[in-house]
Order: sequence, then C-alpha cells, then structure tokens
Amino acid sequence: MQVAHPAFRDQLDGLIRAGAAGNHGLLAVGKLRSYGDSCLNGDGSAIEMAGLERFISFDRRTGVLEAEAGVTLAEILRVAIPAGYFLPVTPGTKFVTLGGAIANDVHGKNHHRAGTFGRWVRQFSLARTDGSQQVVGRDDASGLFAATIGGLGLTGVITRVTLELMPIASSRIDLQTIPFGRLSEFFSLAAESEASHDYTVAWIDCLAQGDKLGRGIFTRARPSSDGELRVSNKSGPSVPIDAPGFLLNRLTLSAFNEAYYRIAGRPRQASVSYDPFFYPLDAIGGWNRLYGRRGFYQYQSVVPPAVAEAATTEMLRTIASAGQGSFLAVLKTFGDVPSPGLLSFPMQGTTLALDFANRGRSTLSLLDKLDAIVREAGGRLYPAKDGRLPPAMFRAGYPALNQFTPHMDPGMSSTFWRRMQL
Amino acid sequence: MTTLTPLHVLMLGAGSGIAQATARLYAAEGAVIGLAGRNAERLDAIAHDLTARGASRVEIFEIDFVTAEPAQALADMVAKLGGGDHFILAYGVLGDQAAAERDLTAAQTILDVNFRSAAGWALAAANLLEQQGHGSLVVLGSVAGDRGRRSNYVYGAAKAGLAVLVQGIDHRFRGRGPRAVIVKPGPTDTAMTAGMAKGGPLWATPEAVAAVVRKAADRGGPVVYAPARWWLIMTIIRAIPAAIFNKMNF
Ligand SMILES: Cc1cc2nc3c(=O)[nH]c(=O)nc-3n(C[C@H](O)[C@H](O)[C@H](O)COP(=O)(O)OP(=O)(O)OC[C@H]3O[C@@H](n4cnc5c(N)ncnc54)[C@H](O)[C@@H]3O)c2cc1C
Ligand SMILES: NC(=O)c1ccc[n+]([C@@H]2O[C@H](COP(=O)([O-])OP(=O)(O)OC[C@H]3O[C@@H](n4cnc5c(N)ncnc54)[C@H](OP(=O)(O)O)[C@@H]3O)[C@@H](O)[C@H]2O)c1
Repeated sequence: MQVAHPAFRDQLDGLIRAGAAGNHGLLAVGKLRSYGDSCLNGDGSAIEMAGLERFISFDRRTGVLEAEAGVTLAEILRVAIPAGYFLPVTPGTKFVTLGGAIANDVHGKNHHRAGTFGRWVRQFSLARTDGSQQVVGRDDASGLFAATIGGLGLTGVITRVTLELMPIASSRIDLQTIPFGRLSEFFSLAAESEASHDYTVAWIDCLAQGDKLGRGIFTRARPSSDGELRVSNKSGPSVPIDAPGFLLNRLTLSAFNEAYYRIAGRPRQASVSYDPFFYPLDAIGGWNRLYGRRGFYQYQSVVPPAVAEAATTEMLRTIASAGQGSFLAVLKTFGDVPSPGLLSFPMQGTTLALDFANRGRSTLSLLDKLDAIVREAGGRLYPAKDGRLPPAMFRAGYPALNQFTPHMDPGMSSTFWRRMQL
Repeated sequence: MTTLTPLHVLMLGAGSGIAQATARLYAAEGAVIGLAGRNAERLDAIAHDLTARGASRVEIFEIDFVTAEPAQALADMVAKLGGGDHFILAYGVLGDQAAAERDLTAAQTILDVNFRSAAGWALAAANLLEQQGHGSLVVLGSVAGDRGRRSNYVYGAAKAGLAVLVQGIDHRFRGRGPRAVIVKPGPTDTAMTAGMAKGGPLWATPEAVAAVVRKAADRGGPVVYAPARWWLIMTIIRAIPAAIFNKMNF
C-alpha cells in the first residue's frame, strides 16, 4: 500500500488524482483503528487523512463544529469540554478521525438515545476521483449522503465535516453497576434502564456455563450535573512487547472472569471522569499486544429484538463449549433510532462484541458457527471489526447494498471491498 | 480561557510543524497570535484552527523571510498585532547535503535561510524587545548544530551559528528584562523529515517539542534541548574524540 501523508488541504487534489490513476485505486484512511481490512488497500494507494486535522470553526453558542476530516475525537473533546459540549456519540476509543467515524457510522453506549454518529453530521465535503468537490448535507436528495455515512470510504474522500455537539453540564459521569446472574436479567435491566439512563452496556462472562451462562455486569450511566468541565490528559501504562501466547488462555481467562465478577460483582454507584468510562482501553497503549504475536479476531454482531435473547443465548453456549472465551465480551441493546447510512451496521436489536485470541483453525471454526446463528437470526456483522466475514454473509446482512453501489466512486477501493467480491 | 491582557505572540515560519503545535498551546491560553510565512492559504487554515481553539485574535502576514527587510517588516507586524511579547523564530530548511557539496549555491541557500536571514530576524526582534524592556525571543536551532556530521554539516553549521547568536543576545539582555533562548530539537516528525524512516526512541512529536518551546518562552535557557534527553546525548557526542567519531557511521 502506497500511503501519502498530506498536511494541508491544497495537497489533496493532486494526491487524489495520482492515487486513483494507479492499480486498485485509492482509499482514504484515518487512524487505522478499524480492526479488519476495511482501512487497507492492498497494493493500491491510500491517503492518510490524519495530517489534515484542523478545526475550521467552532460556535460556542450552538455547539456546531466544522473541521477537517482528520481531526480526532480526542482533539474535539479537548476543545469541546471546556466550552460545555461533548461528542453526541462516541466509540470506545477517542483516537479515531471524523472521516473514520462517518465511514463506519460508529455507535456508542447511548445508541438507544442518540442513534449513530452519522445522525449528528450536518454536512461534509466529498472529493471524488473525477476531480469534483461536493458539499453533501442531510437534506441531500441524491442518496450520496446516505451512501457515504457508513460507506466504508468508497464514495470518495471526505475532506471536511460539520458536526453537532451535545451540551453537557459536567465532564463526569454518574454510573451504576449491577451484576446479573443470567441473560434474561440482562434484557430486563436493559429495558428498564433505557428510559432513565443515557448510557448502557454490559460485560459478559463468556466462559460461564450451565446455570451461570450469560452472567455479567450491567453498567448504566448518565452525565453528572456537578459543573466540572475538565479535559482528561492522563496517559496510562503501555504494553511494550507482545505478551507470550500462554498469558491469555482458558485458565487465566476464567480466573480473570471469576475474579472480575466477584470484585465488580456487587451493585455499586460511582462518579467517574468521562475518560475511563468511555475509553478504558485508550489508557493502556498497545493493549492488543496482550494477545501475543498471533493477534486476535474481533467479532461484532447485531440480531433483531424478537430473536435477540434466543440467538444470544445460543452464541454464548457455543462460545463456552468451544472453550475459547473472549476477554472483552460486551453486550448492548441498540434502540429503534434509524441509522442514516445505507450500510450502517447498527439496527434495532442486541449487539454482542467479542474478541478471540487467534488459535488458527479452531478459532475460525467457532466464528463460522457464530455466523450461522447470526444469519439464521436475520442479523449482521460489523465490517469495522472484521477480517474474515464471508461475502455471502455480508450481502445477506446488508440488503441496501444494491442501492449503495451506484454511489461508489469508481476510483476508490479497499482490500475489504475486493474480498467481498462486489 | 481568555486572560485579561492576552499575550501577543508572533510566529515567524508559522506553517512549520513545530510552530503550528506551539501556536495551539498559545491559542488555548487565549493569546493574540500573528502568523508569518510564505503561504497565505495555509496560514489561513491554521488561523481558523487557532481561533476555534480559543485564540483571542489571529493575524496573517504573508512574507518571505529571506528577501524581506527584517527591522521594518517586524515593526509593521507588531504594530498590526498590537504588541509583541513572544517571538518564535521557527522557519528553516533542511536542504540536501549531497547537493550542497556538488553545487555551492545550494549550500549557500541553506546558510542563507537558516543563518543569514534568521540572524537578521533575531537581531531585529532583539532590538525591539530591548526597547520595550520585556518579552522573549525563542529561536529553533538543532542538535545538528552541536557537532559536524557528514550527513548534514552545512545545515548544522548554520544552526551552530544561530545558537551562538541567540546566546549572545541573551547575554546582552541580562538585567534588562527580555530573554532569548535557542531551543535545539532532535529529529521531529514534521514535513521537514518527510520520507525519513521515523519511529523509535530518538524521534519526537511536534507536540513534545512545542511544549519545550512554550516553556522556554517563560523561563530557563538560554540553551534548551527538546526533548530534554538530547542534552545528555549531545554532551556525550560532543565528548567523543575525533579519532573515534570519524569511524562512526551516522
Ligand atoms: C479500542 C477500540 C474500541 C472501539 N469501539 C467502538 C465502538 O464502541 N463503536 C464503534 O462503532 N466502533 C468502535 N471501534 C471501531 C472504530 O471506531 C472504527 O473502526 C472507526 O471507523 C475507526 O476510525 P479511524 O479514523 O481509525 O479510521 P480507519 O480505521 O483508518 O478507517 C475506517 C474507515 O473509514 C474510511 N475513512 C477514514 N477517513 C476517511 C475520509 N477522510 N474519507 C473517506 N473515508 C475515510 C476508511 O476508508 C475506512 O473504510 C473501536 C475500535 C477500537 C480500536
Ligand atoms: N523537524 C526536525 O526534525 C527538526 C529537528 C531539529 C530542528 N528543527 C528546526 O525546527 C524548526 C521548525 O522545523 P519544522 O520541522 O517544524 O519545519 P517544517 O515543518 O519543515 O516547516 C518549515 C517552515 O519554514 C518555512 N520557510 C522556509 N523557508 C522560508 C522562507 N524563506 N520564507 C518563509 N518561510 C520559509 C516553510 O515555509 P513553506 O511551507 O512556504 O516552504 C515551512 O513552513 C526549523 O528551524 C528546523 O530547522 C527541526
């Protein structure tokens, strides 16, 4: 992959022309925080947008911000929090760019309230490889707005973005953790909390079997009202080298899960800074190295509400009996707020995010089994967290694909897209 | 956060990666910032960024530092800005050492930009600071100016000369209020080093260097390394006997 690193907007035109002329076309990328190959372009070319990271305007009265597409959510928080604003939607890491957040139409712990990131985007500028520049807004009738939100970078290069921020009275979060002993309790806790709390999420012990199956810890939270508006500048420890492969095995994982469940497994109320609440992994630089050199697979699915409990139970049972527990297993319900993108991942239902240490064939065969459950349930997988999704499963999960493809920029492509054989 | 009387800061070479990161620190303090450089369109993008980040006011000055006449141009810029508390001299070119050996005009250009013209701007700022009796001049030097190496000694010579000049200015200021500091960064990830293999413990981000520059404008000096560990590294490198140094390959 040939990567260009522009630092100023005037450099873009030439780079887009040059990149699109080559083999396998061009892809704009952000901070490469996607796990799979949707942010890669094989032997094609790429433009790393992270150097275009300037604000264009910030209206402190309305909370409307315009910025270059490479601005990270971390930089937005640095400016927004002291002015009394927060990101309306944020993923679990703040080191992603505006362009990347749009192209994957990312979601956060408040999906049931706020929907996806794209809903807060008023407009963006899109540079296409034919040399054209367009400002595309919510009111766009052509379909290009809906195609670009969640469009995996394939409709052109997003150069600037206008985003609505959300007013806050405090940068602290009031949270409550509630342990639950089985999956059905998760669903009742989620249903009960959605009206009262902006943020909900649950950690699941994937190794628990039998009558402990689906036990976990439910967290619900809302912004505090204490008036403190402080940007967190902490950077925590980092993992300097790849951990030996034995560190995360079934024994250590089940010991960890058991301990975690016991320690965190008491109902608790706390007031914490936004940073550890939203971005726990950002505090551990290189946390992925805990998995050792063979790395890991991410797997995130969503299944519709009617079958959510049955399908999730089936998935957890499959994982537990394969003995390949996931270190970070996160369960959350997505609300009924419609996603603005044709290929947006979030839809109403329950999402389960997992990661598995890579043990080769046995891991892949477990993922195949999970695929079957998700497909049967009428669900889909998240391309941002994928390196193996079978093309047929992608097509089945994203019925709007045929509306999407006419909006693609013929000069753009990605390794993921070629793998999907579309 | 706007203070009652904001600092007035003039960035000479405002498009530089290190200067941009430094200007963001000033913007967060609510400073009035002047951006001087060759490319007005780029300076305009930087100005918008700084305004959104909290700068009280940002002015743009389109100027080529090599051809402009420093004393008059500096006075004009300060007048338009409404004051000049801190002057950050950041422009420079790395140049191509091999080309500079083949073609002496290429060598002279490196010296001209990094020393001759920069010295003029530093002296002009010094006169202005002395007259007003307060403020600071921070000049970007380089660790390359601490010992001649075959890979960049023309650039290094210009930066060495600049360091002595700034030290002298600070000496001249003693007891009169103003301060002058030469900040010597190690390799930093900016446009100047595009195409080099980056990463590893010797490389710094422009933000890390900017933090040193910003602090140097308030206290310390007159010679500051950025990041600070370069003081130790360069002390050792300067102490290596030539007989050994000449056998080393870097
Ligand atoms: C620890 C961690 C936690 C996460 N938690 C969540 C979560 O809770 N919810 C969630 O939704 N996601 C989550 N993610 C995934 C992450 O938010 C997305 O992958 C995000 O899109 C990454 O943004 P990026 O800037 O790194 O873009 P990249 O990963 O570099 O690129 C992502 C996509 O955006 C496209 N793109 C980037 N910039 C542009 C541009 N300027 N113009 C056009 N296309 C562009 C690329 O082509 C690619 O298709 C998490 C990731 C990590 C590492
Ligand atoms: N990067 C490093 O590794 C490093 C290490 C040690 C020291 N330094 C020093 O630190 C300072 C800043 O470096 P940087 O890496 O931030 O630089 P940079 O990003 O490469 O920027 C250099 C700037 O100098 C400007 N410039 C050059 N000649 C000019 C002229 N005649 N008139 C007007 N502007 C001119 C350039 O403007 P244009 O865009 O118009 O060309 C550019 O904006 C320099 O003095 C450099 O020598 C850098």
